[in-house]
Amino acid sequence: MIKIKAKDVDVFYGKKQALFNISLDIEENQVTALIGPSGCGKSTFLRCLNRMNDVIDICSVKGKILINDFNINDKSCDVVRLREKIGMVFQKPNPFPKTLYENVSYGPTIHGMAQSKQEMDEIVETSLKKAALWKEVKDRLHEPGTGLSGGQQQRLCIARAISVRPEVILMDEPCSALDPIATAQIEELIDELKKEHTIIIVTHSMAQAARVSQHTGFFHLGQLIEHGSTDKIFKNPDNTKTQDYITGRFG
Amino acid sequence: MNKNKEQLLNKRYKAEKRFRLYGQSAIFMALLFLTVFIFKIFSTGYSAFQKTWLIVPVTFDAELMMLEQNPSKEDIQDADYYDIALKSMADLDPNANEDQENELKRMVSYFFEKEIKNELLNDPSLIGKTKEVYLTASDDLDQVFKGNYPRDLPEDQRRVSDYQLKIFDQLVANGKVESKFNISFFTNADSREAELAGIASSFMGSIFSILVCLMIAFPVAVLAAIYLEEFAPKNRFTDFIEVNINNLAAVPSIVFGLLGLGVLLAIFQLPRSTPLVGGITLSLMTLPTIIIAARASLKAVPPSIREAALAMGASRMQTTMHHTVPLSMPGTLSGTIIGLAQALGETAPLILIGMVAFVNTIPGSPMDPAASLPVQIYIWAESAERGFVEKVSACIMVLLGFLITMNLFAQIIRHKFEKKWS
Ligand SMILES: Nc1ncnc2c1ncn2[C@@H]1O[C@H](COP(=O)(O)OP(=O)(O)O)[C@@H](O)[C@H]1O
Ligand SMILES: [Mg+2]
Repeated sequence: MIKIKAKDVDVFYGKKQALFNISLDIEENQVTALIGPSGCGKSTFLRCLNRMNDVIDICSVKGKILINDFNINDKSCDVVRLREKIGMVFQKPNPFPKTLYENVSYGPTIHGMAQSKQEMDEIVETSLKKAALWKEVKDRLHEPGTGLSGGQQQRLCIARAISVRPEVILMDEPCSALDPIATAQIEELIDELKKEHTIIIVTHSMAQAARVSQHTGFFHLGQLIEHGSTDKIFKNPDNTKTQDYITGRFG
Repeated sequence: MNKNKEQLLNKRYKAEKRFRLYGQSAIFMALLFLTVFIFKIFSTGYSAFQKTWLIVPVTFDAELMMLEQNPSKEDIQDADYYDIALKSMADLDPNANEDQENELKRMVSYFFEKEIKNELLNDPSLIGKTKEVYLTASDDLDQVFKGNYPRDLPEDQRRVSDYQLKIFDQLVANGKVESKFNISFFTNADSREAELAGIASSFMGSIFSILVCLMIAFPVAVLAAIYLEEFAPKNRFTDFIEVNINNLAAVPSIVFGLLGLGVLLAIFQLPRSTPLVGGITLSLMTLPTIIIAARASLKAVPPSIREAALAMGASRMQTTMHHTVPLSMPGTLSGTIIGLAQALGETAPLILIGMVAFVNTIPGSPMDPAASLPVQIYIWAESAERGFVEKVSACIMVLLGFLITMNLFAQIIRHKFEKKWS
């Protein structure tokens, strides 16, 4: 099943073009990794999928992005509803400087997903459990989220993202600020989350892409050079540039 | 070669030493000025917190007061105290002639009649009896007692006569002169008589002005800052506005006073000399200060927090109201307090809108005429009477205390409530 279909997407920052003619299909309930040297436009593409580029004044996006066959670049698309369905986890953990509970309950609150305090408690608990954080924090839900370790903060951000049951989760280098143990925990988590969510992850670590993803897209200088199953990209790429990048000859 | 290097090094050390010395002497100078200033103010001002009383025996003679037998409260209220008051003072010197009796009367404040009346109102059973009553000494004798009065001047250059000094010294020798904490300095309004003048009216005037200023400037400035920082597109027009806000912060305050005079008083016909007009005028001055502080603290909220909220599906409005604004509040509030502290010390614009008028009532609302603390300092400093000299310093002390408290408060808010980012 195709969940997201990008068709001829061009992105400009002012006059400078950052993405050229990207077309890419994303499979439902699988992990798609986006790799490539830094500055090639991976984050830019990811941010197209939940229209976070709207926030940047000078940024303009052209082309179609179909999610469930609906073009999110269409005028009739409501970004609030869109972002409820497409969650995002950022490179640097960015919990709100509020309590753990408030962090996780924020999304459900603004989208009116709980009728009672009890329902909200349940949402918070399941989200934290799914993010594999519940055991560590269940006694300190009302302490500030910024008091956690880096890895815990990132899992809190994941819990916050899944609290509104998004169909898709976008992750922009979620482990780049974490140590190897925290990274391993998050990778394990991603594998678990793909049962219920479609996941797109940007990573600068080839090994991580190979471990967690089923599909991989390779970006270079704003172009999608090659994409396909992770197995194929890593073992037998068609393009020599991909080959060079995978084997560490540049990047 | 090696020697040359050593010389260079030595030179560098010396230069550094010299520079440190310059810096230290600059700080020393600044501290010296500050100490001299504070010492001067305290040494001239502290005596204003003391007030001198003459203890005078008063005989509550019903006949002289024109009181019938068993008078009611109203009768006591309406009785005539002038005669017994005069008599009590004259009795201080049984041999006094008429001129001297007049001089005796002027040893206490003109308020003495009322002080005697209050004594009787408190205790009606005093009728027909004699009691020692505390009467406020005249401002000149007050200064004499405090040692601020040059007694050795020739008599015709003094406002106290030799005769008054002689009687006063007798009273002092008999322990009939006492100095007590001067409550009336805080509870009385301004007065032409230094011994009765207090800061209540100007203090309340300042409080009302600051409140009006806060109520106007704070919401307007915060809304403007939020709009400019979070919603307005970045273009030529907003740049232009930004430049002008910064310009507004640099406009001399007297210009705002003229604006208040020309617009608020002349066009809108608001009541003159009132804290309402003063507060509005001051709010124009405070506005840019608060806008700049609020924008700076909105800017200091990391963009990652906004991104987090937006990515959760919060609208721009929700992101601003739920996250950015609360996080920026400590900075905004401390900026506001500092802006208000500036406004509190402002004199020129208030003089222009008439808050310099003599006000001998305590204002009950921002619509009543009032002075303000800095203007009160100006008014008293202009007065010729010796009794006002210490009042000026005392008023400065109150104003400084007020300002230091506000700034301290701003610091506390800044340190205590500012969030640390992850
Ligand atoms: N906010 C922005 N304003 C202007 N240019 C930007 C902005 N964000 C990214 N770019 C440019 O777009 C290109 C792609 O950036 P990005 O998507 O962040 O790359 P990656 O995530 O692959 O490292 C880069 O050349 C970068 O300089
Ligand atoms: Mg990136």
